[in-house]
Amino acid sequence: MNSMRGKVAIVGVGTTPAWDNPGLSSLDQLAVAVQAAAADAGLSVQDIDGLFTATLSQFMPAMSVAEYLGIHPTVFDGTNIGGSSFVAHLIPAILALEAGLIDTACICYGSNQRSAGGKLMTLTEPMFWEAPYRPRNPITGYALAAQRHMHEYGTTREQFAAVAVAARSWARLNPEAMMRDDLTLETVLAARMVCDPLSLFDCCLVTDGGGAIILRRAGRAADAPHAPVFVLGVGMETTHRQISQMPDLTVTGAVESGRRAFDAAGLRPTDVDVLELYDAFTINTILFLEDLGFCRKGEGGALVASGAIAPGGSLPVNTNGGGLSCCHPGMYGVFTLIEATRQLRGQGGARQVPGAQVALAHGNGGQLSSQATAILGTAATL
Amino acid sequence: MKASDAPETYFFNALRQGRIELQLCSDTGRPVFYPRTLSPYTGSPLTQWRSVSGLGTVYSTTAIRQRPDKGGDYNVALVDLDEGVRMMAQVRDVPADRVTIGMRVVADIEQRGDDNPLIFFRPVGELHL
Repeated sequence: MNSMRGKVAIVGVGTTPAWDNPGLSSLDQLAVAVQAAAADAGLSVQDIDGLFTATLSQFMPAMSVAEYLGIHPTVFDGTNIGGSSFVAHLIPAILALEAGLIDTACICYGSNQRSAGGKLMTLTEPMFWEAPYRPRNPITGYALAAQRHMHEYGTTREQFAAVAVAARSWARLNPEAMMRDDLTLETVLAARMVCDPLSLFDCCLVTDGGGAIILRRAGRAADAPHAPVFVLGVGMETTHRQISQMPDLTVTGAVESGRRAFDAAGLRPTDVDVLELYDAFTINTILFLEDLGFCRKGEGGALVASGAIAPGGSLPVNTNGGGLSCCHPGMYGVFTLIEATRQLRGQGGARQVPGAQVALAHGNGGQLSSQATAILGTAATL
Repeated sequence: MKASDAPETYFFNALRQGRIELQLCSDTGRPVFYPRTLSPYTGSPLTQWRSVSGLGTVYSTTAIRQRPDKGGDYNVALVDLDEGVRMMAQVRDVPADRVTIGMRVVADIEQRGDDNPLIFFRPVGELHL
């Protein structure tokens, strides 16, 4: 355990009400989410004095967001490590809160990926040693990892498809999810191949949307309208930027980010009631279940195919429908924290995991390049 | 450091002359790819280069699906050179989805005028497709 355990709580969460918002810019959508999160916390946007944000559309996002919101935060941080940024932002947010530099931290994101064209729009630079070979980013990196996982462990396309079907089953219980039609294993397997072995339904949605959370020191969290959700541990790790530099395509930095988060929380995988894993592609869920210690390396395919991660299973994963079926506006990390918080507050409705006390939110960035893991808990876990 | 000894310049100049040269870590003897100014294994400066065979093994591979009118499917692979470094490349002379993990491949250097040369790979030996 480390000194950060339980010192800070999530007191507000908010999203855009929909995932298809034509006409609204990335910052418009981010601001809708920030306003919703502040209201959820019983606060005003103007109360935010610590701002932690990243976008795909702003080169210096912290200033663009502060300017748009009309705030002058004491601490502002625009670190972009990809989709995991928002889970990783917990670390500087907690440090700044604990140091007394700030009282109210906001971690936020917004994007108009879908209405701006439906392709991943990003300011990223071409990867110098890879771009000449025309990888289709980001899917190519994940496809290469999936192929290697199949080669080493006999993982099958049916097992990848089981991840997509489980995510859809959860989404059907979530009125806020974008994709709520029935999805069968057969449909996933028959879908158009995009980048072998990943087909259309192995890929996340491309949606619009924004998400935000508000954090305060535990001592001030009791004033909030909802039960505080405490941050018990956070860990981050990077293994590469370019997929060709990843040491082992079947082992992600989640091994280390997870170990650090569990160590900080003083907990183990068996203590976790609900998991929100960054599922940009179906292979992600399998890799992260293995690397975070929920099964042994190579057994993730069998685990997901067993039905354990689906509604009614023993290991609920991506209860909102995940990036595969709920929303994925380019970077998804903040939504893992939002859904984990809702589950620990008991606000899950038809998808609520009964009695959930400990949640794991895991962010991924780049092409499996950065990993960030957070363990959250109710007051009972302190 | 002379401009011609800058890591990328040296690497691409060697390719222009038909050689794949990699830096060697002076502490471990391990080759380094991509070219840079210090060893990613030990942090020491890199000063030595050596030619490598161009032989390698496919570590992973994918076929990127693309409509025929846009150029059709093509391969992207990660290749482990026998000397112990990995690089992204394309394996050619074989259908994109027939490239397999473990396939032995050899490098071809493609000269591209004023652009930097590029390394491609093709299968070694007889193919049984």
